[in-house]
Amino acid sequence: MMRTVGILTVLAVALVVSAAAGILVGAVAIGPSDVFAALFGSNDVNGTIIRELRLPRVLGAALVGGALATAGALLQGLLRNPLADPFVTGTSAGATLAAVAAIVLGLAAPLVPIAAFVGALVTVTLVWRLARLGGGTTVLTVLLAGVVLTSFAGAVVTFLLISSDRLALQLRAVLGWLQGGVSVISWPELGVAALVVALGLGFAVVLAHRVDAYAFGEETAATLGVDPDRTTTTVLGATALLSGAAVALAGLVGFVGLVIPHALRFVIGATHRRLVPASFLAGATALVLADLGARTIIAPAELPLGAITGLIGAPFFLALLVRSRRVVV
Amino acid sequence: MTILAATAVTAAYGPRLVLHECSFALASGEVVAIVGPNGAGKSTLLRVLAGLLRPTAGRVLLDGEDLAALSRSKVARRIAVVPQIFDTLFPFTVREVVALGRTARLGAFGRASPDDVAAVDRAIGELELEALAGRRIDRLSGGERQRAVLAMALAQETAVLLLDEPTVHLDPGHQLATLELLRELGQRRQLAVCAVLHDLNLASTFASRIVALADGRIVRDGTPLDVLDAELVRTVFGDGLEVVARDGHPGVLPRVPQAVRRL
Repeated sequence: MMRTVGILTVLAVALVVSAAAGILVGAVAIGPSDVFAALFGSNDVNGTIIRELRLPRVLGAALVGGALATAGALLQGLLRNPLADPFVTGTSAGATLAAVAAIVLGLAAPLVPIAAFVGALVTVTLVWRLARLGGGTTVLTVLLAGVVLTSFAGAVVTFLLISSDRLALQLRAVLGWLQGGVSVISWPELGVAALVVALGLGFAVVLAHRVDAYAFGEETAATLGVDPDRTTTTVLGATALLSGAAVALAGLVGFVGLVIPHALRFVIGATHRRLVPASFLAGATALVLADLGARTIIAPAELPLGAITGLIGAPFFLALLVRSRRVVV
Repeated sequence: MTILAATAVTAAYGPRLVLHECSFALASGEVVAIVGPNGAGKSTLLRVLAGLLRPTAGRVLLDGEDLAALSRSKVARRIAVVPQIFDTLFPFTVREVVALGRTARLGAFGRASPDDVAAVDRAIGELELEALAGRRIDRLSGGERQRAVLAMALAQETAVLLLDEPTVHLDPGHQLATLELLRELGQRRQLAVCAVLHDLNLASTFASRIVALADGRIVRDGTPLDVLDAELVRTVFGDGLEVVARDGHPGVLPRVPQAVRRL
């Protein structure tokens, strides 16, 4: 218990420190005292940079990272699969497809995140069903289902990009989104996303101990006293809320949801009551730092955030795949 | 006293009928073995008794209440099922696994009461897992992991314990130890224990009653001596086995084929 509190405290401090770094450091050098003044309302250029660019960007990155890592922890627990996350299972791709379709159809901007949520929900439910086809949920069926759904969604998005005039006008924005990034986030967008992520996180915390019961499969969860249909539906819903919000804010950002919960299990244990809050904090920190890297490594130009997470996440994923193949396929 | 009773239960997977009008009762303090050839419906009968599969006809009563009308959490307080899968890629500790047995009784946000802690301690003690309690389950041997999931089921503090082939991945020594333990626990906690067993000799040695299934029907139900006679073994399992008399607990051995016989 003391150890858990200690770890969570360290993670929270790390988040605050990296967020401070994210606000202090950028393409334009602004001194700490000016940053401080800008946060509390100076009306010069610095104020605009800090309040309208850096702060929403840091908060956006934190929300996206926290949401993806929490969704990853839930999905891994539910599927008994340490290789699952919104990106690998195709959930993010489904959310992206639905969001792009909403733009093509000319739906109002506030409806785009809702479309992303619906897309995520449909895809993650599909993955769950496909994974169950062979009886138990196995590591490889989930990955294959993810590959199939991701390529399908990708194909439809490409088709829409090329055939839609409306989308052609925003080609750059959509492409940036497909690469993943939190570069342009407005305050209202951030507010809505924060509400949705809070809701998803709330569900995750309440459901956490029931997800533990899935450790030996859905049927054992049932004999331990979990209503499997209701719990599965709620967990998938929470996953969709979190991944939908992340995609609406930042597009396709890979591997955060996979790496963070997996690595944390060896520090804080597998129990979801501890893993879920820890994943949120660590995911938020990781993405704030990754975004800081994305905008400073080749400054004044920017790397796509998705490229950074992919660069770190993909080798990690491969190593995990090799390790898990030895245990369960 | 009968705790769990199935009356004329018929069950199907889709259009395929797997159980035909099976009637069966389980009382506290007894250890019942379900035996039968592959595909006879043994696991299906167990799943029906656990409330995991709804019968298409007939009813299962738990202490007189229809199982189908009870929530999973209510069933979990009275029937524990030892899972067949006990591997996980996640680093749960043994203690955390045993504590999963308390899932149905935990408070909001999974908070454990002193009762929950005591039940987990007791189950860990009964299976002599104290030394392993802090170890990661994914690092244990098959036999140790199985003891952990058995402790998980005991921590549920139910009146009924159901097991589907609890000895399937174990060597002969561990098979004996597991069944001895089940018998002893059944006595000590006055549990009603029902296990699907493939090994007729283990069933004959440890069960107080044997239920033989063939083609989805219960063909015999009684003491090992009543059930395991030459005629039943031949009709249910074929010609290749012979029954050897042993004081109250017949043994079943493969006949030695002519070609192998030495002299």
